[in-house]
Amino acid sequence: MAGPKAPAARPLSPHLQIYRPMLTMMMSIAHRITGVGLYFGTVLLAWWLLAAASGPNGYAKFEWFAGSIIGRLILFGYTWALIHHMLGGIRHLIWDTGRGMGPSEREWLAAANLIGSIGITGLLWIFGLLAMGGPR
Amino acid sequence: MSEASLKHIRTPLARVRGRGAAHSGTGHFWRQRLTAVANIPLTIAVVVILVMLLGRNQAAAAQILGAPLVAIIMLLFIASITAHMRIGMQVVIEDYVHDETAKLILIMANTFFAIAVALVSAYGIFKLSFGV
Repeated sequence: MAGPKAPAARPLSPHLQIYRPMLTMMMSIAHRITGVGLYFGTVLLAWWLLAAASGPNGYAKFEWFAGSIIGRLILFGYTWALIHHMLGGIRHLIWDTGRGMGPSEREWLAAANLIGSIGITGLLWIFGLLAMGGPR
Repeated sequence: MSEASLKHIRTPLARVRGRGAAHSGTGHFWRQRLTAVANIPLTIAVVVILVMLLGRNQAAAAQILGAPLVAIIMLLFIASITAHMRIGMQVVIEDYVHDETAKLILIMANTFFAIAVALVSAYGIFKLSFGV
């Protein structure tokens, strides 16, 4: 099958590496990366629910994974990704109404998103570890 | 009519149908917002449920997850997030994969993955609720 000819080498518009990293740009990238992470992480949600439904042995396997260092790290990252993506989504919904797009507003929103996601994740884990009887 | 329509680039038919270059209108955009709004209260509720379940054994977890209100919240959460993530991943695929065949295969795989996660999760909840 005859494909189209190779395109002529045309100048490209400036891409990511041209720009100085900015908070709003980093937050846009983080929103997408956390979204992709949450996507694949739903496998853990499905595993957990199936394990709970399968009985004590299946649940013990999930608990072993969730309690391991790798499991804890993944779940901590997942918590942050979830909160960050949710706050980022709220930011997008605010923008959808046409508000919050001014230079200072969007910087403020981006900073609030990041500080909020780290703060809420930290609080949830402190609360969670206390509920489980302290760090193990 | 003709004078008014000349001010727009879109043809009158396209304006009547409300569809753009993707031939699917704003359905995709709208569903992403709809599920995003639904995800907010559902995620908060599920985080509360998860914190309640921390450190409990399987019997206690199964009892809580099988309770009607908890099971319904979990099902709504799963339906909303899997619909949301499927649309989101499709956008990511369309942005980065330019080979037509690979793109179609990945978009199909994306749908299969989202449905598989939704059904496996829902199966678990139904089993906990009805004790199949």
